[in-house]
Amino acid sequence: MIEVEHLTKVYRVARRRAGFREALKALGKREYEEIRALNDISFSVPEGQIVGYIGPNGAGKSSTIKVLSGILTPDSGICRVNGYVPWKERKRYVREIGVVFGQRSQLWWDVPVIDSFELLRDIYAIEEASYRKTLDELTELLDLSELLRTPARQLSLGQRMRCEIAAALLHRPKLLFLDEPTIGLDAVSKLAVRHFIQEENRLHHTTVLLTTHDMQDIEALASRIILIGKGKVLMDGTFDDLRALDDTGELSLDELTARLYHRYGV
Amino acid sequence: MKKYLSFFRIRFIHSLQYRSAALAGISTQFFWGMMNVLLFKAFYEGDPSAFPMGFAALSSYVWLQQAFLALFMTWFWESELFDAVTSGTVAYDLCRPVGVYAMWFTRSAATRCAKALLRCIPILLVASFIPAPYGLSLPASLPAFAWFILTMVFALGNVVALTMVIYMSAFFFVNPQGTRMVFVSAADLLGGSIVPLPFLPDGLRQICECLPFASAQNVPLRIYGGDLTGDALLQAVGLQVFWLFTLTVLGKWMERRGLAKVTLAGG
Repeated sequence: MIEVEHLTKVYRVARRRAGFREALKALGKREYEEIRALNDISFSVPEGQIVGYIGPNGAGKSSTIKVLSGILTPDSGICRVNGYVPWKERKRYVREIGVVFGQRSQLWWDVPVIDSFELLRDIYAIEEASYRKTLDELTELLDLSELLRTPARQLSLGQRMRCEIAAALLHRPKLLFLDEPTIGLDAVSKLAVRHFIQEENRLHHTTVLLTTHDMQDIEALASRIILIGKGKVLMDGTFDDLRALDDTGELSLDELTARLYHRYGV
Repeated sequence: MKKYLSFFRIRFIHSLQYRSAALAGISTQFFWGMMNVLLFKAFYEGDPSAFPMGFAALSSYVWLQQAFLALFMTWFWESELFDAVTSGTVAYDLCRPVGVYAMWFTRSAATRCAKALLRCIPILLVASFIPAPYGLSLPASLPAFAWFILTMVFALGNVVALTMVIYMSAFFFVNPQGTRMVFVSAADLLGGSIVPLPFLPDGLRQICECLPFASAQNVPLRIYGGDLTGDALLQAVGLQVFWLFTLTVLGKWMERRGLAKVTLAGG
């Protein structure tokens, strides 16, 4: 259960014009500009829902995920996830969540994947029996048996992403935050990841918040879409609401999305 | 506690994988030690009375220093930790139910132990077969050996706590290169890794002995050869404990400040 109200986060960005003179001037006095990454964001997600969190680059998607995972402290606003304020009770709270950042890796580069998993088992103090059970289940669903003994550096991106997702779920979190989990993956891996997310949600009733630029991910997975742009929630609806924008009946998903962004001026 | 042990374990196995690096390290350190001993021998023959340590104690100092270089080298950094902050991968460390400081402390200590373990045995073995006073002699006494072991642990703690302060500074500066370079030059000279501290001129030496850098290799390596005994020994151990505590508190404070304002680079 996620409740977010009036969440705001402002970044200060040093800006200057190009050139040597400008760079020298910036040594003395720096001009900062305020970027409102999150500007009064409110939404709530009930347990067991899969939500697609979409928006153009720089809309504030990753910032929201970072606030929700307790990494980033917002400037104002209320956020409660399963009764916790993420950034205040970080250490206790993070047991409830699993996070995958598609553009980063949590696996130890030079050792076999299974070593990274066993480290996570100890970090989360997972009991051996339930660790075994979870690992067996994940191994089967994500087809990991061949991969576990391979060093992470020798996995392909698709193989690695499957391992990353498994790593985020070893402690059986009630919530799963996926930040661009299908980025750079081939068709087969994408389908595998999508299928897995559905299964995970069906079997364990895991709440999933997913950001992606791949609208097929959203179509396949999300029962609900939240569109954000320039730090604001612009639309909160279903995939059918998106389909309804198609008056010709011939638009591709990406064209539809572009139309949606255009309509909301982002 | 178990999670930190396990973290130590994985970092340890991780470092054990690099066999050729260990081999290269052993031969470099072996020759470096030999050159060092010969260099000091030239000084010693010039004027033995101006030599502030016994020559055998000095040779032991040099060999132990080379054998355990990985434990105490202040110019060694885990670039992954700096990268984690500058590139934003630290996000993953932050969504675990552990403290970043404790995790990174364990990690640095483990890397150093693994590297040292791979390298120390051949060097110690060979050095102990080199005839006296040029080789590694037996410890000055049994109590000295016990103190040596204890102060080695404190010394490692101090080196890691010192480097942790620099790692934590990455949260405050876009590029931690500068703090690192100042730190490395200071630590190398003031910590006794270029020449043992007794060789420094009076005045400078007394100041150095109070600084945190002197609470690292300086203490155990001098205790081993019998150069540091009695009240001076107790004082040095006291300083080690004091600095270990102070540096850890400072590092933890920086962690808290750093995480409160962290913005995380990259998308």
